[in-house]
Amino acid sequence: MLEFDDIQHILLTRAPALAARYEFLSFRNGAGGRAWASAIKERIHSAASMRAGIDKDKRWVTAAFTWNGLRTLGLDEASLNSFPEEFKQGMVARAEMLGDTGLNAPQHWVGGLQSPDLHAIVILFARDDAEHDRCVVEHEKLIANCPGVEVLSVLDLKAIPPLDYAHDHFGYRDRLSQPVIEGAGEEPTPGSGDPLKAGEFIIGYPDEHGVVADSPQPKTLARNGSYMAYRRLAEHVGRFREFLRQHGETAEEQELIAAKLMGRWRSGAPLVLSPDKDDPELGADPQRNNDFNYKEMDPHGYAVPLGAHARRMNPRDTAANMNRRRMIRRGATYGPHLPDGKAEDGVERGIAAFIVCASLIRQFEFAQNVWTNDRNFHELGNERDPIIGAQDGTLEFKIPKRPIRKTIVGLPAFTTVRGGAYFFLPGLRALGYLASLNESGRA
Amino acid sequence: MSSESKTQDWSKPAAMAIPKGGYFQDKVEQGRYGPIFPKTPACYGFSILAKIILGREDVFYKYAKSIEETIAAQPDALAVLQLHYLRWVLFPIKGDTYFMYQGIFDTDFDKYTEDAVTLFGITGLRTVFENLEGFPMDWQTNPAAFIKFVRDHQCPSFLEYAEYPYASATEIKKALKLKAAFSTMLDQMQ
Repeated sequence: MLEFDDIQHILLTRAPALAARYEFLSFRNGAGGRAWASAIKERIHSAASMRAGIDKDKRWVTAAFTWNGLRTLGLDEASLNSFPEEFKQGMVARAEMLGDTGLNAPQHWVGGLQSPDLHAIVILFARDDAEHDRCVVEHEKLIANCPGVEVLSVLDLKAIPPLDYAHDHFGYRDRLSQPVIEGAGEEPTPGSGDPLKAGEFIIGYPDEHGVVADSPQPKTLARNGSYMAYRRLAEHVGRFREFLRQHGETAEEQELIAAKLMGRWRSGAPLVLSPDKDDPELGADPQRNNDFNYKEMDPHGYAVPLGAHARRMNPRDTAANMNRRRMIRRGATYGPHLPDGKAEDGVERGIAAFIVCASLIRQFEFAQNVWTNDRNFHELGNERDPIIGAQDGTLEFKIPKRPIRKTIVGLPAFTTVRGGAYFFLPGLRALGYLASLNESGRA
Repeated sequence: MSSESKTQDWSKPAAMAIPKGGYFQDKVEQGRYGPIFPKTPACYGFSILAKIILGREDVFYKYAKSIEETIAAQPDALAVLQLHYLRWVLFPIKGDTYFMYQGIFDTDFDKYTEDAVTLFGITGLRTVFENLEGFPMDWQTNPAAFIKFVRDHQCPSFLEYAEYPYASATEIKKALKLKAAFSTMLDQMQ
């Protein structure tokens, strides 16, 4: 039985938010950090309280910590050492393996995220702009009462028009394929597979192999928490649209190229189910828009190229042990909308998302290292993910087609990593434990 | 076709000398679990050597029979590892028996480590490793200890050779399929 009253809401539910703000914090001393943790805990919704108040509440808060942050809070060495190695090292140290090289490398990141002084994040999801603005002021006041807590940087996020469905700046419909956790009370949509064991996402429960994680220690920390990989990805909309124009003479051809890169039409309609023309009704229908496979329905990639983003991020029945590689994604778009036909304005815009999983190395890092950036995934030879892979203009994108495939040479980078970090997302009791530590590292 | 195959002529045999330690120090690629041994004309691979627990030889021979049966019943049981060949060898050193497990792969082992750990349970490979000295008995819940054992017992090559460099198993199978298809086509033309 999942302890809904102890699990932070972000793990199990998606807030009905049109605005958001991420604040990245640094603790100059443990006392300030603990005071902040104690105060913010009172404002966090558990999964249970979020569900109870979903109709009336206007804002939802999440708090999480880096390994350096846990140290600064005063956690003792034995406990710090019990965390997984990749979390201890942090995303910056793992950059090369993750493909964060060239312009994606940590030395180019913004907002101080590459700094060891990054200790915590507070995530605000707000129902509207007015609530967002009100909460910003409230949090300023809260921090003012916690001497030693500083804001390294902030990122404001906002849904972009049209607002009737979630999509990114490139125009791709989002939130189409999310795993469902057993016992969370949700039914998977057709084609999404069975619900997964909670331990794949929430520490302290059996995973798909029946194993319950015994880390981190003490036991209070190893219950109802998780890990989050944060990724801030700038989307180069002008470059993307120019690429579509270069490779498609008509609007229809351009839409097809966009669909081939993703594996879905921008409406969300899967190419496997609608290979030749868009079907916006299909794209918007959750009972149909995820109900397909690759092994039987598209083994050679004539519908979805073998290297398309969706096929890499969720290879479905063409990968082994898929249930051990799933991730929950939360996040939003930032930066101004660039209307169709308007020239690139040079303003940064993109998506800033959290990948939530119980094992960063087995889930997030595998996806990043193998699915996103393995140049030889599916024997493709010299490709990486066309949307989020580390592209330097030297790689290809192959589109299978009878009689001869189309090969795009010198794919440009449509996205650039602008920041990232690994966070530990504690359960609420664990957060209380962290807030009550004393200088000797014990609660 | 892999990128190496494009730039390297598969019809021209190639050899590669590898520095002490197994890595080219100026271009060590980092994997999730540590540095990755380089790809050679003979693809990726490992050679794991370890001493077996005294008196356990029979377990290894029984295991060989069970693997034979497993693959006969489920030919794609090991497909995820993208293998060319596996070799299992027992040999004596000063009265002790040592075990060598050598694999030739198309992908570096680091990428699919967890899949390999899962296969351990399914295929019964665990039975031989559990009879090696120092193998962590909690490997199923402690992948890090499993990986450390493999890395500690890996003996990297200092020289590798290939008659058809960098060709992947998939490419070889495709070539054989094409040959079969052409044979069928020629039969149909009679």
